[in-house]
Amino acid sequence: MSALKIKKGSTSHSAYDLRDPFAEVMETHTLAVLVDNEAGVLARVIGLFSGRGYNIESLTVAEVDHEGHRSRITVVTTGTAPVIEQIKAQLGRLVPVHDVHDLTVEGPSVERELALFKVSGAGEKRVEALRLADIFRANVVDSTLESFVFEITGTPEKIDAFAELMRPLGLVDVARTGVAALARGA
Amino acid sequence: MKMMEMRTMSRQMTGAKMVVQALKDQGVDVVFGYPGGAVLPIYDEIFQQNDIRHILVRHEQGAVHMAEGYARSTGKPGVVLVTSGPGATNAVTGMTDALLDSIPLVVLTGQVPTFMIGTDGFQEADTVGITRPCTKHNWLVKDTEKLSETIHQAFHVATRGRPGPVLVDIPKDVQFATGTYRGPREAVASHYQPKVKGDLAKITELVELIETAERPIFYTGGGVVNSGPGASQLLRELADATGFPVTSTLMGLGAYPASGKGWIGMLGMHGLYEANLAMHDCDLMINLGARFDDRITGRIADFSPKSKKAHVDIDPSSINKVIHVDLAITGDVGHVLEDLLKVWKSRGRKVNKEGLAKWWGQIEQWKLKKCLTYKNSDKVIKPQYALERLEALTKGRDRYITTEVGQHQMWAAQFLGFEAPNRWMTSGGLGTMGYGFPASIGVQIAHPDALVINVAGEASWLMNMQEMGTATQFRTPVKQFILNNERLGMVRQWQQLLHGERYSHSWSESLPDFVKLAEAFGWKGIQCKDPKDLDDAIMAMIEYDGPVLFDCLVEKHENCFPMIPSGKPHNEMLLGDASTEGAIQAGGAVLV
Repeated sequence: MSALKIKKGSTSHSAYDLRDPFAEVMETHTLAVLVDNEAGVLARVIGLFSGRGYNIESLTVAEVDHEGHRSRITVVTTGTAPVIEQIKAQLGRLVPVHDVHDLTVEGPSVERELALFKVSGAGEKRVEALRLADIFRANVVDSTLESFVFEITGTPEKIDAFAELMRPLGLVDVARTGVAALARGA
Repeated sequence: MKMMEMRTMSRQMTGAKMVVQALKDQGVDVVFGYPGGAVLPIYDEIFQQNDIRHILVRHEQGAVHMAEGYARSTGKPGVVLVTSGPGATNAVTGMTDALLDSIPLVVLTGQVPTFMIGTDGFQEADTVGITRPCTKHNWLVKDTEKLSETIHQAFHVATRGRPGPVLVDIPKDVQFATGTYRGPREAVASHYQPKVKGDLAKITELVELIETAERPIFYTGGGVVNSGPGASQLLRELADATGFPVTSTLMGLGAYPASGKGWIGMLGMHGLYEANLAMHDCDLMINLGARFDDRITGRIADFSPKSKKAHVDIDPSSINKVIHVDLAITGDVGHVLEDLLKVWKSRGRKVNKEGLAKWWGQIEQWKLKKCLTYKNSDKVIKPQYALERLEALTKGRDRYITTEVGQHQMWAAQFLGFEAPNRWMTSGGLGTMGYGFPASIGVQIAHPDALVINVAGEASWLMNMQEMGTATQFRTPVKQFILNNERLGMVRQWQQLLHGERYSHSWSESLPDFVKLAEAFGWKGIQCKDPKDLDDAIMAMIEYDGPVLFDCLVEKHENCFPMIPSGKPHNEMLLGDASTEGAIQAGGAVLV
């Protein structure tokens, strides 16, 4: 393709380039997808994203209704406005999908992520890590003489910020759950 | 109490028996299949009954294409039964074909017993994993108690909304075990209920556009055929009452009759000049059950720049996927057309008569180009001539046409006229060479007395030629009309136009003697190379009571025109006598 000197993202020569040239602005959306918790349902959703070339920034999934066997998949995705619309339509036509909600456009919503940080160090750095953790309202869930494991909950931005601060203080490992989100109000 | 017990007792059965019972309860009369270790219990049940006919194929791909031919020509779902591992993987091409062309299929596959899944057992494959992206939905049934319900659900999903192939993977121990059978009515209602009625406010908006449009066009697709014969009837009524021109995609041919007064021919890459120019210049495009495929749109940026576009589709993901439309109506074409007609009639059946008259004047001008003109010859059979004669000699018969993929397919679409839906079976979306021959057998099984012709190229036809045995065994008198140019014609055409006339591997070497091949399978073989003999040869093919392999030797270097080169808009199409040099620029070369 490059040998033919076709501009990346060009629409004038490619029938396959489905992007609207006037909507090149990338948007980030949080989608909540309610699905039957049946075998392969997550593979179906992920396969749709990879097969059609969509992005997944984060993804969480768990059964939220044990009696009805329903799971809630929260997926944060990026794309131009037409691509986001297409993602929602494609998700909506999967047979085990009951509902697709775009929390980014359907009014205010809350987003939370949980992360665990392992920070190791001694002396002044160790004290500083504990002090910052307190400011971020992170809990210590494990501690040795050389390390802490912090538990922190918040928006992805808050967790990113905490990670930045921990890095020079001896950050060893991070585990993040991905975003869980709900619409505000009744 | 005793009676109750009896009834419950009788409903206990093995999984294998359930499969056959569920198929019967779903009204299935034919299954296309091939046995193997993991489906032996089901084959044992098939042996012990006479309600369902089993067509033994020679390769699982053939089974799926036959089921597609059956489904496309009847509107009922086609059913396939194959074994695990290679049986399932061989069915993948057919399922992908059915997915892209929205054909309802229920594919049942055997699987290794549940306790062996994941051990790389003999003939084990992750069938639901492999087929997840090429089915509308699929299931692995691990419990006999859930088997009957899953099969009923499979039929529901395959046929509701936008139809498509589904697969049920059944491990062998689930077939042997006993469980409770539940009939289709006892099955739990599925939440999968796609909306069929269109939004009335939007339909009214479309009527308003119809009332004032100066240059309207109906752009119809496979969705009209899939919606059922009622939708085709409503389309005819609406198009004839409004006097609007009608064009169709490859998949939609026959929904509006070729003899209808509004018909302006197929559109798209090898569509008619008048149809493509009308699409380019219209001011109101009404898309009924088509999906703005890249074969139709050409260059997106220049696609029909002056028109308001309305799109009726049962699949919301088809709307605004490729082309942004002004008015989207989600619903079944038949239901929407019914409401549309009602609203339009109740508002006084208005159209812009003056505008329409001018519009038709313009279309008549375009028709004068006679874009299908070709140079005939009295020495060699031109493929277009062969199809013109086939058309003339079979016209008036209720014939069914299938095709393979390539030049012959496009010529068949151009030169054959279709008067009714479900008479034209072709691989449109996936472009599967080898589709047409097995599909013709499937059509013939569904319509034993009909004239079924597969218009083929020799290269495509060879891809599933093993099904000759199936045709002989089940006495299907299918006619294989092979336009033999000893080339992969469409590939050769592209190499000529686009790759400096370097004909890399696009000829058919070591072809069989088709007449002898026919005789080897107990068929009739006919070879024809002289235009003078063609009519008699075609009549001999039609009149023969049995399968015929017709080897029609045609001009080897004929190109298929008109043609919109890849990456070009509709109004820059090439006609037969136009210069083709430099027609496709570098940008278009990356497209297929």
